[in-house]
Amino acid sequence: MKFGEFGGRFVPEVLIPPLEELEKAYKDIKKDEEFQKKLEYYLKNYAGRPTPLYFAENLTKKIGGAKIYLKREDLLHGGAHKINNTIGQALLAKHMGKSRLVAETGAGQHGVATAIAGALFGMKTEVYMGSEDVERQKMNVFRMKLLGAKVHSVESGSRTLKDAINEALRDWVASFENTHYLIGSVVGPHPYPTIVRDFQSVIGKETKKQLIGIEGNLPDCIVACVGGGSNAIGIFYPFINDKVRLIGVEAAGEGINTKKHSASIVAGEKGVLHGMLSYFLQDDDGQIMVTHSIAAGLDYPGVGPEHAYLNEIKRAEYVTVNDKQALRAFVELSKTESILPALESAHALAYAMEIAGEMSKDEVIVVNLSGRGDKDLEIVMEALI
Amino acid sequence: MTEYRMFKPPALITFITAGYPNIKATLEFMLSLDKHADVIELGMPFSDPMADGKVIQKANYRALKAGTKIKDVFNVVKEFREYSNTPVILMGYYNLVYKRGVERFIKEANTSGVDGMIIVDLPLEEAEEYLRVCEKYDMGTVFLAAPNTPEERLRMIDEASSAFVYLISLYGTTGARNKISELAFNLLNKAKKVCRKPLAVGFGVSKPKHVKDLIEVGVDGVVVGSAIVEIIEKYGENAAKELEKKVRELKDAI
Repeated sequence: MKFGEFGGRFVPEVLIPPLEELEKAYKDIKKDEEFQKKLEYYLKNYAGRPTPLYFAENLTKKIGGAKIYLKREDLLHGGAHKINNTIGQALLAKHMGKSRLVAETGAGQHGVATAIAGALFGMKTEVYMGSEDVERQKMNVFRMKLLGAKVHSVESGSRTLKDAINEALRDWVASFENTHYLIGSVVGPHPYPTIVRDFQSVIGKETKKQLIGIEGNLPDCIVACVGGGSNAIGIFYPFINDKVRLIGVEAAGEGINTKKHSASIVAGEKGVLHGMLSYFLQDDDGQIMVTHSIAAGLDYPGVGPEHAYLNEIKRAEYVTVNDKQALRAFVELSKTESILPALESAHALAYAMEIAGEMSKDEVIVVNLSGRGDKDLEIVMEALI
Repeated sequence: MTEYRMFKPPALITFITAGYPNIKATLEFMLSLDKHADVIELGMPFSDPMADGKVIQKANYRALKAGTKIKDVFNVVKEFREYSNTPVILMGYYNLVYKRGVERFIKEANTSGVDGMIIVDLPLEEAEEYLRVCEKYDMGTVFLAAPNTPEERLRMIDEASSAFVYLISLYGTTGARNKISELAFNLLNKAKKVCRKPLAVGFGVSKPKHVKDLIEVGVDGVVVGSAIVEIIEKYGENAAKELEKKVRELKDAI
């Protein structure tokens, strides 16, 4: 139930029975061959798994250090790794007899992935999104609506992802009898961080198999961006017991010494929010702070409890990359490989490029390219002009 | 036999958010409530009040905007103690307690004259340290139960609650409703069978008739929150008179 002291179930009493129900249902389907086959079927034929593990030869040559491989989650349906989790949880919700899905979204990637799963499996879908984000991500709002989802613009608090989560929880407190709350990252009360990790672990499992096929070896290092941390834990988890460096990259925004960043592990303190004990950006009283990153998907004041634990036991390292560095990486990958990374993934890429030069040519770095950058073109365009 | 430690039934428990619209007004409002209320529940403003409806969310937001700190909440209770012995309970979210350190928080609350605590997002499983510290400082504890809480859990909640058990009348967040739902009465019947501590019903309780109906079926206390905070929303700093009027109406229904 916990990752060391992290995680737990800090929720109002009314949510205890639905969370217990969810935990039990999840245990059932984990062993259920038919369910797993169905999940595999949709991941393969609908979402587009397995995704390629691509050797970025041009980028590698240009940097002149370790070989850089990209795990191409950006090629999945919907344009990001989020669909691994939404298909899994939507099938789980159906198994539990729920007819409605609610979700939170920041940039809109998880909202879109939930709308896709909802439409695919014939479930009513409602997505909560901070009004600031609704304004910033109009295209994704339109996509969700086109897919039949209802989008609620959240006007409370800082009007971003954390407030969208609050609002989704408020909905679920009143609707749990027929509704599943489809959380988009490895955050929230137990068992969510475990469920989301398991559904996302397909990334790491594939990577391992693919890289052994190509290189005959495990990578030396895996780099992934961390907001809530679902793509990172997804690629890290199958390597936890291997001799592989795991590096999570948080958003330093306008600088880790300013107040405008989202680096909750590197710069936050232990706290309790959204049902879990983890690291949060907060003031001395425990009020949660407003965060910033150019990548809306990293713009969250907390982090999944398993990352907090991996940091505490020093199994994974957590570092930061700022807005400018991420933008540079975005441009670099576009130029060298004709691949537009999501600004979130560009954080991981920026750090990988930095350390690749210091590593030897026979070493291997895998970067989780968690999403594609089309959604960010407007932001990048504005920033570069 | 029910053990009454904080109040004698039937009791009116009234809630306001500390620091809304500012901390100076809070003391005045507490004194207004005190004219008729049996217990004053003081909400500690939090940046992410996920169990609260629109009215109390806004109150939290405004209180923080006005610069309200936890220290101010303790101080206002301390000042209130110069005028009144009416029990004061603090309601809030766990991060405020956790961040300060459970021991330091409860100790400061105790020194300030706080009688009890309600932490909305702290279920029993996570409350070991909190319970130990509250016992040490003789701080009253209040845990919540919902209409879907199984009997066995209700028993544990009763055990852990030294002041009273807070029964949530519905599935949803705080906020005034037109009617007390059947769920509340069913939960009350279930709770009466297993609980030894006083039972108070809250969430959605807003009108004198609600209060009357609940007291008639044997509730020990009723909690009215959003309906009172709405008055502050309407009258701002000048809400004291209207608050007193509202509380008298509610008390008259008992």
